[in-house]
Amino acid sequence: MDLTAINPVVLIATLMVAATPILLAALGELVVEKSGVLNLGVEGMMIVGAVSGFAAAATTGSPYLGMVAAIVAGALVALIFAVLTQILMANQVATGLALTMFGLGFSALLGQAYVGIVPPRTPKLSFGFLSDLPVVGRILFSHDILVYISLALVVATWYWLNNSRGGRVLRAVGENHDSAHALGYKVKRVRILAIMFGGACAGLGGAYLSLVRVPQWTEGMTAGAGWIALALVVFASWRPWRVLAGAYLFGGIMVLQLNLQAAGFRIPVEYLSMSPYLITILVLVIMSSNRGRTSLSAPGSLGRSFHAAG
Amino acid sequence: MLRLEKRPSPSQAWNYATPLVAVLLTMIVGGILFWILGKNPFEAIKLIFWDPLFSEQFAAYSRPQLLVKAAPLILIALGLAVGFRAGIWNIGAEGQYIIGALCAAAVALAFYPAEGWYIFPLMIIAGALGGWVWAMIPAILKTRFNTNEILVSLLLVYVAEKLLAAAATGFMRNPDGAGFPGSRNINSYGPASNQELIANSGMHWGVVAAMIAVLFTYILLQRHILGFHVQLAGQSPRAAKFAGVAPSRLVLMCLGLSGILAGLAGMFEVSGPARLITIDFNAGYGFTAIIVAFLGRLHPVGIVLAGLLLALTYIGGELAQFMLNLPASAIQVFQGMLLFFLLALDVLSNYRVRLAFAGTTKEAS
Amino acid sequence: MTTPLLSIQGLTKTYPGVVANSDVTFDIGEGEVHALLGENGAGKSTLVKAIYGLVRPNEGTMLWRGQPYAPNAPAQARATGVAMVFQHFSLFDAMDVAENVALGMDNPPPIRELAARITEVSNNYGLPLDPGRMVGDLSAGERQRVEIIRCLLQNPQLLIMDEPTSVLTPQEVEILFRTLRQLRAEGKSILYISHKLEEIRALCENATVLRLGKVVGRADPRQESARSLAEMMVGQALHQPSRSAAEPGKVLLQVTALNLPPQSAFGTALKDINITVRAGEVLGIGGVAGNGQDELLSALSGEVRSDRATVQMAGEAVGHYGPTARRAMGLLCAPEERLGHAAAPDMSLSENALLTGAWREKLVDRGFINWSKTRAFAERVIETFDVRTPGPHVAARALSGGNLQKFVIGREIMQRPSVLVVNQPTWGVDASAAAAIRQALLDLAHAGAAVIVISQDLDEILEIADEFAALNAGKLSAPRPVQGLTMDQIGLLLGGAEGDSNVAA
Repeated sequence: MDLTAINPVVLIATLMVAATPILLAALGELVVEKSGVLNLGVEGMMIVGAVSGFAAAATTGSPYLGMVAAIVAGALVALIFAVLTQILMANQVATGLALTMFGLGFSALLGQAYVGIVPPRTPKLSFGFLSDLPVVGRILFSHDILVYISLALVVATWYWLNNSRGGRVLRAVGENHDSAHALGYKVKRVRILAIMFGGACAGLGGAYLSLVRVPQWTEGMTAGAGWIALALVVFASWRPWRVLAGAYLFGGIMVLQLNLQAAGFRIPVEYLSMSPYLITILVLVIMSSNRGRTSLSAPGSLGRSFHAAG
Repeated sequence: MLRLEKRPSPSQAWNYATPLVAVLLTMIVGGILFWILGKNPFEAIKLIFWDPLFSEQFAAYSRPQLLVKAAPLILIALGLAVGFRAGIWNIGAEGQYIIGALCAAAVALAFYPAEGWYIFPLMIIAGALGGWVWAMIPAILKTRFNTNEILVSLLLVYVAEKLLAAAATGFMRNPDGAGFPGSRNINSYGPASNQELIANSGMHWGVVAAMIAVLFTYILLQRHILGFHVQLAGQSPRAAKFAGVAPSRLVLMCLGLSGILAGLAGMFEVSGPARLITIDFNAGYGFTAIIVAFLGRLHPVGIVLAGLLLALTYIGGELAQFMLNLPASAIQVFQGMLLFFLLALDVLSNYRVRLAFAGTTKEAS
Repeated sequence: MTTPLLSIQGLTKTYPGVVANSDVTFDIGEGEVHALLGENGAGKSTLVKAIYGLVRPNEGTMLWRGQPYAPNAPAQARATGVAMVFQHFSLFDAMDVAENVALGMDNPPPIRELAARITEVSNNYGLPLDPGRMVGDLSAGERQRVEIIRCLLQNPQLLIMDEPTSVLTPQEVEILFRTLRQLRAEGKSILYISHKLEEIRALCENATVLRLGKVVGRADPRQESARSLAEMMVGQALHQPSRSAAEPGKVLLQVTALNLPPQSAFGTALKDINITVRAGEVLGIGGVAGNGQDELLSALSGEVRSDRATVQMAGEAVGHYGPTARRAMGLLCAPEERLGHAAAPDMSLSENALLTGAWREKLVDRGFINWSKTRAFAERVIETFDVRTPGPHVAARALSGGNLQKFVIGREIMQRPSVLVVNQPTWGVDASAAAAIRQALLDLAHAGAAVIVISQDLDEILEIADEFAALNAGKLSAPRPVQGLTMDQIGLLLGGAEGDSNVAA
């Protein structure tokens, strides 16, 4: 077993890549949950994004068009969820699960023609001399554009939620939808838009997996990333900066465990690959047992259906 | 513009009609999907729904398969339904199913090649216990630490799958198997085998267990105070607390029950139709059972019908795969659509749809 | 004659099956505080919603300073100069005051500027508010201030207030009145909806009385007595519940030093509560909403447990018992929230009868439910308490508020409790049902039970209680006999002063 083969700089750089899909999906879901909706369909939206992005990229030859396709596909699939839960008052948990199951099946169907194909490469951006700096160059200045977009999204989400009128209205809707409605805000409209945004982010995250991180298409390739994104939102207490921290932590675990496998660590592969899931559970437990804090940060109307009487 | 008006009392008529209409709509949209895939929609629908039961060519083989596929679905769905009614979302039944199978297989392999009437019952207990323990993890985490049971039970599915892989390639690998992954064939090991009780009917001990479970669940929900508490907790948690329902006890009971039933399903499956432990032993029953539970309106009788229907789609799907080259994932899409339509139509039980003409002033709440 | 600020002429509003307002005509002058009087269901809310643009009247016109006024939406009403403070606040607990105010405004300025204006305006009108505080941490009176500041920042000419003092202590009422008088001095008008006759007489110079949707009287409250106003409102003598003075018997419920931490992020802690109730006695616990009433009921019902000896029934420690065990001992409760707490909205009345009656009515045998017995029990409750419903199979949510309340309280009374605790027993209930409920409670006490009535309605407590204690911020004052208690004393008790002999009358 040779631990010296693990290069910390490479580790950090790869963990950022590993974390990006989950970061994107989690940010989207954070906005959705802040508006008071629990969308368990993140896994389904991610994988639909993965296959759509892949298919579009492979067909057009442009990875960027693929990403756009993934955003659109994710948003459309999320729209199904939005219509069912906001207009037809369906149970949010069941609908989210249905979305995941449908998404998994649908993506498998769509992706049949694309198994084994190599997608067009997504180039890493170059910042001139900055990219050549030791350590910092590799970690900060040599990524593809989506990593930077995901980081910008963290900032944008944080700013928008806390400092803009729209963000305030969204938070109000999630905090107390009856009060928001009484004040004249269109609760359903806000939520539907938030849900579509969440779908777009999840779709983009999925496309990142199939176009950059892996990069290829396999059935079920998200392997629970959507669920981990959901868990991330909880243990980030619904705050964008903490989502970033959590995503990178999780990315770190995933990458570390792969490196340990490669370095010949004497635990069988299956047990090492269990670790990300077990650690997620552990962190969830720690965050939820701190009851006072969690209940304060959770949006007051989370998961409850809204129906304007009369 | 459509407007939804809450009904004073839930509509019974729509309660019964919704699953039927949902199935019909799924057939229509599914047909369109098949047509897009280049298959004849009528032929596909016929292959999926009609032929397995009535076709001269296939029915003899397919019909017994109906019970085989339906039994685990019904077993698991019954346990899930009790929990769902209480608002306790066990999404990890697939994991409990796997662990139940692993524990039962472990018992069988431990006794191999001994003979004894007690081996099968011990396997049943092991399977139930395994599923129970795996379900207790999210249950205890929820009652002690208030951790979300959806996420924990789900993540444990992935853990269970890894354990399954480790077992199939590692500690449960068949020493006489020429190095291939997979355990010894449990179905051909007499005392551990879950054989057909009536030849060519597909009825094995798992089917019997499912029938007993249906009866048990029916009595629990309709006539027992625990069943009443379950429904009360799901509908009005505050009223349930007022009535004296202890929420933690309910969580433990519901998750425990679904764990036991899922574990049993796994046990009967591994000692019966699946025959042995392999890496892809789990066929997604734990997730399809969720659809079965909802399609059956969380009611034991409904679940039996829904289980048979979804089993039919599995078998018919295989047939369509074989005869029309329909991809397997198409059936998964089909099943997902079914749940979508069901959820969409559900609104009609509690709300009336009214047409409001544009221009009417918005009425205040 | 100067043009009135708002002139309502022949306004009629009907809904399918009910006429909410019929040919209503009255004027509000500039710089006038105008009272709108009437019992529950008289049509006050509908009328006011029409003025605020929430509903469109079927007939009639409104004139604003002589010009036609027909708002389609609240935003239009606000643009014209009408602002409204609702009875039920639209606030967001987890957000601060400034954000809450911003959400209630049509074109809020940037938050920093808004915060400064909030401080300025709130101090100006004697309702100081700190813009950075979380609304969830505010008292009910302070929360109302947020609502009022929301309105005042939009410079209204007419301020409508719907039952504003139902959540205020008498001292807070005085503060509010000072603010309203200041507004009047500035030439603004106020439409003041209330059924509190003494307050109307103290504040308003003009009143319109509604009954069953019609205007039945106009008056200058300063010239009228509370009695004459009441006669106009009700039109018929209501049955006064009969009180039979009985000698209180032995102590049936004893609560000693009950301390409970808040049960939720914005809940109220209970501090050192002592209660003693005897057989045949009615203890009235008064207090503005949000001072611990729900928490107290949960502590008594067993939903929240305490130390063994903290709660004792006839000497036996029951503090550690849950609701079912306490019911077995004879301690029954009726919570404030009818749908969702006292009864499950989607379940039938039979099932709801099973909810609390399972043990005492012997509806469950070795775990199995006897449905015919349950149905029979529900039918008995329906009949005895005159619950208007087709039958016990009907879902709870289909019943009207008054009928459901009769069922909920009747369900407990029919189980022959030795101690009954009710929270807001006649809230939102029509007058005749309320009278029936109050009489039933008195009859129960007369039969030997100990009754605790937690209520915001001081009139109700004064009517049926023998002893009075005030609940304020989780602390309970020492109980005093209702006989001879003055409003001032009550006000001080509600405000937190321990009622001693050094209370200035």
